Amino acid sequence: MGGLTLKDIRKTYGAVEVIKGVNLEIAPQEFVVFVGPSGCGKSTLLRMIAGLEEISGGDLTIGGRRMNEVDASQRGIAMVFQSYALYPHMTVRENMGLALKFAGLPASEIARRVDTAAAILGLQALMDRRPRDLSGGQRQRVAIGRAIVRNPQVFLFDEPLSNLDAELRVHMRIEIARLHKELKATIIYVTHDQVEAMTLADKIVVLREGRVEQVGRPLDLYDDPDNLFVAGFIGSPKMNFLKAQVSGGRLVLPEFAGQTLPLPPLRSAPDDGAELTLGLRPELFRRGGEAGLELMIEIVEHLGDETFAYATPGRGGPVLTLAMGEGRDLSPGQRLTARFDATRAMLFDTRGQRLR
Amino acid sequence: MAMTSVTRQENRAGWAFIMPALVLLGLFMVYPILWSLWMSLQTGKGMNLHFGGFANIIRLTKDPVFQHALSNTLIFLVVQVPIMIVLALLFAVALNNPRLKGRAILRTAIFLPCVTSLVAYSVLFKSMFAVDGVVNDTLMFLHIIRQPIGWMIDPFWAKVLIILAITWRWTGYNMVFYLAALQNIDPSIYEAARIDGVPPRARFFRLTIPMLKPVILFTTVLSTIGTLQLFDEVNTITASAGVGGAPADATLTLSLYIYNLTFRFMPTYGYAATVSWLIVIMVGILSWIQFQVAKER
Repeated sequence: MGGLTLKDIRKTYGAVEVIKGVNLEIAPQEFVVFVGPSGCGKSTLLRMIAGLEEISGGDLTIGGRRMNEVDASQRGIAMVFQSYALYPHMTVRENMGLALKFAGLPASEIARRVDTAAAILGLQALMDRRPRDLSGGQRQRVAIGRAIVRNPQVFLFDEPLSNLDAELRVHMRIEIARLHKELKATIIYVTHDQVEAMTLADKIVVLREGRVEQVGRPLDLYDDPDNLFVAGFIGSPKMNFLKAQVSGGRLVLPEFAGQTLPLPPLRSAPDDGAELTLGLRPELFRRGGEAGLELMIEIVEHLGDETFAYATPGRGGPVLTLAMGEGRDLSPGQRLTARFDATRAMLFDTRGQRLR
Repeated sequence: MAMTSVTRQENRAGWAFIMPALVLLGLFMVYPILWSLWMSLQTGKGMNLHFGGFANIIRLTKDPVFQHALSNTLIFLVVQVPIMIVLALLFAVALNNPRLKGRAILRTAIFLPCVTSLVAYSVLFKSMFAVDGVVNDTLMFLHIIRQPIGWMIDPFWAKVLIILAITWRWTGYNMVFYLAALQNIDPSIYEAARIDGVPPRARFFRLTIPMLKPVILFTTVLSTIGTLQLFDEVNTITASAGVGGAPADATLTLSLYIYNLTFRFMPTYGYAATVSWLIVIMVGILSWIQFQVAKER
C-alpha cells in the first residue's frame, strides 16, 4: 500500500480555477476524507487523483511515483462511484473480473481473486446475477468488490453512500470501516456528509471553493477549528454563531439585548470595541456552567435521548440551537437561562479566522 | 367477486368513450385485414373473382416476376439494413462525443433527410445520378471512374442507387434512437472502464454495443419491415416513363409488384393479396429470428 503526495495541485477550466493549489500528504493505510459543500472541488480533486481529469498544475505522486500524465488504469488506484457504474449487461462475476481480464491475468488467477473478494464482501450467492437484480446495498458491495480485486495501492470512493437509504447508509458505513481495517488500504473518500467524515476518517480534509480550509483528525477539527467555515461545517447540529463586541474585557451581545459574557481564555486579548463572532456548540448547553444567556424557547424537538431546543433572545432575533440532553420538561414559550462553560466558546475575527 | 353498480356504470361509460374509435378501427383496419385474407384465396381478374383455394400460392411458385421481385427485395434487405445500422451507430457514437464541435448542426443535418419530401428528394436524386449528373461528373473529375455510370440504366447500379437513397434517407432516423440510448448511459460506466484498463475499442464492442442491444434490435426490426415494404424510391427514382422498378425490373420489389398487380396490370386482387400476406409472414418470421438472436443467454 502506498501513500500519496499532492503538491500545489491546480485545475483550471479555461479562465476559471476550480482547484487552487492543494498541498496534502496522505500516509500509507490512512483513511482520508475530503469533505465540503457542493461545488467545493472535492470530487474534482478525487477525479484528478484517479486520472479522469487532467491536472493543470502541480505534482501528484502515488507510492513515490509521479502520476500526472500516467493513464488512469496504470496509477494503481481503484474507484467506487456514486452511481456504482456497474456494467449492466455483465454478471457480478464478470463485473468484478473485467479489469483483471484486460490486465492479462490467467483465468485461474482471476477466479481466485474474484472469489476472495466475494468472500470478503459476502457476495458468493450473487455471483451470477446482473446488477439490475441486486439491491442498492448489494450493488454497492459489487462496486467495492470490483475495486478490491485489482489490489490497488489506493482506493477512491466518490460519495459512495449517497444513493442509499438512511439505514443502509449507516450499515455500509460500518462495513467500509471494517474493510479498511481488513484490507489495510489507503482510502480517499469524498462526501458532503460530515457525519460520514467524522466516523470514517483518520484524517479529514475540509475543502471550500477549491482550497483546503483545514486538515486534521476528526476530533481535532471538532474541538479546535481554524476558522468559521470549518467550525460551522463540522458538527451536527451546526455551531451557533452570534455577533459579539469586546467591551471592558467582556463580550457584549447586541442581538441579545446587550447581555454580556466573559471572554474565553486567549493568548492575546482582543482590542476593546473589536467586532467578533462568537461560536457556541449546541452541546455546550447540555453540560451547563457559569455563564448564562436569557432565552425563550420557540420550538422543541424531542428525540428521546436528546432534545434540541431552538431559542431566541425574545420575539425575533437570531435562533440558537441548544442540545439539552433528555430535557423532557422543555416546552415552547418557556423562558430559561441557558447555562454553559464560557471557556469553551470560540471567537472568530471579521475575516472568519479563529482567535486563539 | 360481484360487480358493484358503480363499477358497472363506470365500465359502461368507459366502453362508450372508446366505442367510436373501436368502430372506426374495426371498419377500416380489422375488416380489410380479414377481407384481404379471404381475398388471397380468390382467383380471377377484375371483379370477376371466384374461390381458388391455394391456387394463388401455387401460382407464386411458378411466377418468375414474383421470384425476381422477392430476390430483389431480399438483396436490398441483406445489403442495406446492416450498412445503415452500422452507419447510424457510428454517427451516433461520434455525435455523442461532447468534445465534437457543432453537434447540434450535424445532428440536424443527418436527421433532416427523413423529414424531407419524398418527391423533392427523388427529383434531386434523379438529376444528381443522371448519366451527365453531378455525381458522375464529380467521380470523373476525381478520376475515380473513366466512363459515366449508368445509375438508372444498369441493373446493378440501379440497385446500388436505391440502396444509397434509402440509406441516405433513413440513417439519421435510426441514429436518433441510438443517440437517445447513448445519452441514457451513465458516463461513470465509461470512467470505471477507463480505470479498469478497458481499451477504447473494447469499450465500444464490450460495453456500448451490449448496452445498446435493445435499441439495435428495435431499429433492426423496424428497418427490416421498412425494407420489405420498400416502394416509394423504386416507384420514383428508378421509374422510367412513370413505370417503377426500372431498368428491366432490376429494382422491382414485392410492394411495387403488389401495386402493379392491383393498379397497373389487369387487376388480380386475389393474387396481390397473397403477395401482401407473404410480406406479413416474412416480417413475422424475420422479427422472430431477430428476437431469438438478441435474447439474453
